[in-house]
Amino acid sequence: MVQYLPILILLILAFGFAITNIVLSVLLGTQKPTPEKLTPYECGIDPVGSAHERFSVKFYLIAMLFVIFDIEVVFLYPWAVAFQSLKLFGFIEILIFVGIFLICYFYIWKRGGLEWE
Amino acid sequence: MEAYLFYIMAAVAVVSAVYLIFEKNPVYSILYLVMILISIAVLYLLLGAQFIAAVQIIVYAGAIMVLFLFVVMLLNLSAKEELKDALSFQKIPAIVMGIVLLSAIGIILRSKIPLGKQGEYTSAYVHDVGNTQLIGKLLFTKYLLPFEITSILLFIAAIGAIILAKRK
Repeated sequence: MVQYLPILILLILAFGFAITNIVLSVLLGTQKPTPEKLTPYECGIDPVGSAHERFSVKFYLIAMLFVIFDIEVVFLYPWAVAFQSLKLFGFIEILIFVGIFLICYFYIWKRGGLEWE
Repeated sequence: MEAYLFYIMAAVAVVSAVYLIFEKNPVYSILYLVMILISIAVLYLLLGAQFIAAVQIIVYAGAIMVLFLFVVMLLNLSAKEELKDALSFQKIPAIVMGIVLLSAIGIILRSKIPLGKQGEYTSAYVHDVGNTQLIGKLLFTKYLLPFEITSILLFIAAIGAIILAKRK
């Protein structure tokens, strides 16, 4: 478990940084809230309506495609780690694998899956 | 050390699961689900399955949770309108089944845990070679065909998503 110590230190630093900053700003800052300060965005136009609205199905399509290509990338890790012992054979295999995903990518592109319309 | 880490992460997972169920806002529930997935990823690391731990964080906590979040937003559930409990008749069967499950766990814990015959890849061997190395080696030699079929399976998933979302 010793090899994961840097990750633990990084986690502690990241959480510590966030918590310290929030605590310091609460302790040191002065709070004089005005309606203008309490809006989500101080500049730009005032927000209209509620944020709790039904989202378009287009977001779901993008998320779905993200999952598919994320899984593709995950399979590259064991290949990269075992690359030395797999040699050219493994390289051709991964070329076929990535090639199918490339066809998939072009299919999505041609069908307008990446367009926002 | 490892035992303590196991208990801490298991406790985090269980407490997050309880919060997930009792949270009224579905978006917060998803954040608790991310907590559960990350604590389970640490448990995988403790078992020496580094690749599964990485997949758990990259695919599940990263990508699948985004999908869940969009489903919640598509369903248009706001925190104000509470979910109606349409399945209140489930309460009594749920309690009964919970007791049955707990007693089953109790029986298993009291008896000797049955262990199957040890396979070709013992944990000591996996530890020597490295979990990810071994998965890579097997995936690209012995299990080559299932691996390549995976890409076609994901291609089909992409086609399905496009056809459903782009229907006029």
